[in-house]
Amino acid sequence: MTTVPQIAVNVFKESVRDKILYNLVVFAVLLIAASYLLGQLTAGQDVKIIKDLGLASIATFGLLIAVFIGIGLVWKEVERKSIYSLLAKPIRRSEFVLGKYCGLALTLLVNVSVMTAAFYLVLAYIGWREVPSVRAAWPAPATDPAMLEAVALIFVELLLVTGIALFFSTFSSPFLSASLTLGLWVIGHFNADLRQFETVVNSPAAAALARALYYVLPNFAAFDIKSQVVYGQPVAARYIALTVLYGATYLALVLAAAVAIFSRRDFK
Amino acid sequence: MTATRRPAIVGAVASALLFAAVVGLQAARERLGAEVVPQQISAHLLYVRSPEVLSRAALSYRSLVADVYWIRTIQHYGGTKLSQDPQKQYDLLFPLLDLTTSLDPHFNVAYRFGAIFLAEPPPGGPGRPDQAIALLQKGLEAQPDRWDFAQDIGFVYYWWERDYMKAADWFRQAAAMPNAPNWMAGMAAVTLAEGGNRESSRLLWQEMLRSPEAAWIATQARFRLAQLDALDQIEALERVVTTYTQRAGTTPSDWIEIVRAGLLRGVPVDPERHPYRLDPQSGRVELDPASPLNPLPAPEQPRSETTLGSGR
Repeated sequence: MTTVPQIAVNVFKESVRDKILYNLVVFAVLLIAASYLLGQLTAGQDVKIIKDLGLASIATFGLLIAVFIGIGLVWKEVERKSIYSLLAKPIRRSEFVLGKYCGLALTLLVNVSVMTAAFYLVLAYIGWREVPSVRAAWPAPATDPAMLEAVALIFVELLLVTGIALFFSTFSSPFLSASLTLGLWVIGHFNADLRQFETVVNSPAAAALARALYYVLPNFAAFDIKSQVVYGQPVAARYIALTVLYGATYLALVLAAAVAIFSRRDFK
Repeated sequence: MTATRRPAIVGAVASALLFAAVVGLQAARERLGAEVVPQQISAHLLYVRSPEVLSRAALSYRSLVADVYWIRTIQHYGGTKLSQDPQKQYDLLFPLLDLTTSLDPHFNVAYRFGAIFLAEPPPGGPGRPDQAIALLQKGLEAQPDRWDFAQDIGFVYYWWERDYMKAADWFRQAAAMPNAPNWMAGMAAVTLAEGGNRESSRLLWQEMLRSPEAAWIATQARFRLAQLDALDQIEALERVVTTYTQRAGTTPSDWIEIVRAGLLRGVPVDPERHPYRLDPQSGRVELDPASPLNPLPAPEQPRSETTLGSGR
């Protein structure tokens, strides 16, 4: 079972060659510029805003990579017709799909890790330059380790988005895959509304359908604990564990579906 | 070699020229002035006013969108306050603060600063203590244990509404909240007993000065304390003018006469180093119109039955 890691490493190398990691430079410049400018604009709220901006940027850059690279993982091989030579080798289709997925997951892991390190460096600098009396008024320290909980859930969310993008890319065009993935991501933030749909409609059937969708569609809102960690509010370990388990289970489902579809696909 | 490098050099020179042209044209556009350049769409617009709509549209970026609206609030308030427009319009201030605090109900500074911005009378603010109280009450609904929000509501009633009964009631509520400082209960009692005397005002601002929330609140407190100092100094100077008038039999025409009489050591200046103005006719002392301490708060009202019954 060395095929999957080999494919994954190749996908990672390809993403480096495609200059995907350039986004790290953009992220660093954005945070450093913001840390300098925000002090003038925010009436003493620069740390809170840098935290919000940093966590939102990690999520956004990761989302863009997950969607726009994820949809091309399989499609590019088909479009270049390199899939024929690949499948002629002793590689199972499931290994091909999982290898591609793990490669992008590795790219995301490197991205998120470097962005998080840069994020903490900027916050450490802001914390260092501030006087102790002001630091004492912050709801949480500048380099609060609890923010890693939010980063961890962002990473799990990105893994799920990548899985969904890969799933769609096994049977549809890149444009459609991107639209469907982003559409699901947006809908996944309205999960709470779907659950309470009966409060806005009179039709029991529509309410039941919305309730069913609530359980079936991925609940991306569950991965968002950015506000809580920025204010230093505790997030229960049980909540994080359950959300990670939910994400992993959903991911296993979409990857299984992707493998199943790709295995049956006829490339003749 | 020269032939191969030539296109690159030509390209670099052309790019530099085009870049210089862009900068030059932008400067030329600026020099054309307002009469030639078409009028810009006013920044005095708020496209989305519904907190519910904005909260949903923000997806998982609510905190970040709240930050954007907070920065817009600061710009709107500061820009309007510093503008030369005699009709200063702060009409977006409350909607912006409402959006900010709806997107991020824990944005504590938005409640506390917002209340200060909203209560400030024209031209320094919209003069809407009612909106300041509504904003702080919204904060208390989101975080019922925040004693400082209750204190700030009491403060708005005390300083801007001069409703000492309600102020004392809110100070009492604040005192009963978890982690409230010991002096809060005393503040409620003093307010109820003495109303708006200058010493209790000073005590309130001194406590605000210690607020760890943000430097801006401390700056505001320092400003108000300087105003209270100026009121004390004006009273003392008017007593000096009265003494001079009694001794000389006429009101002084300027400060120099009082200095020569040995009643003052020099021309008196306010805490912002602007000389006080002396009205030779009435003997009244005022701030220099250029002093940043203008306008001073109205004279304090002692506690009275009328005041006690003036709650909204």
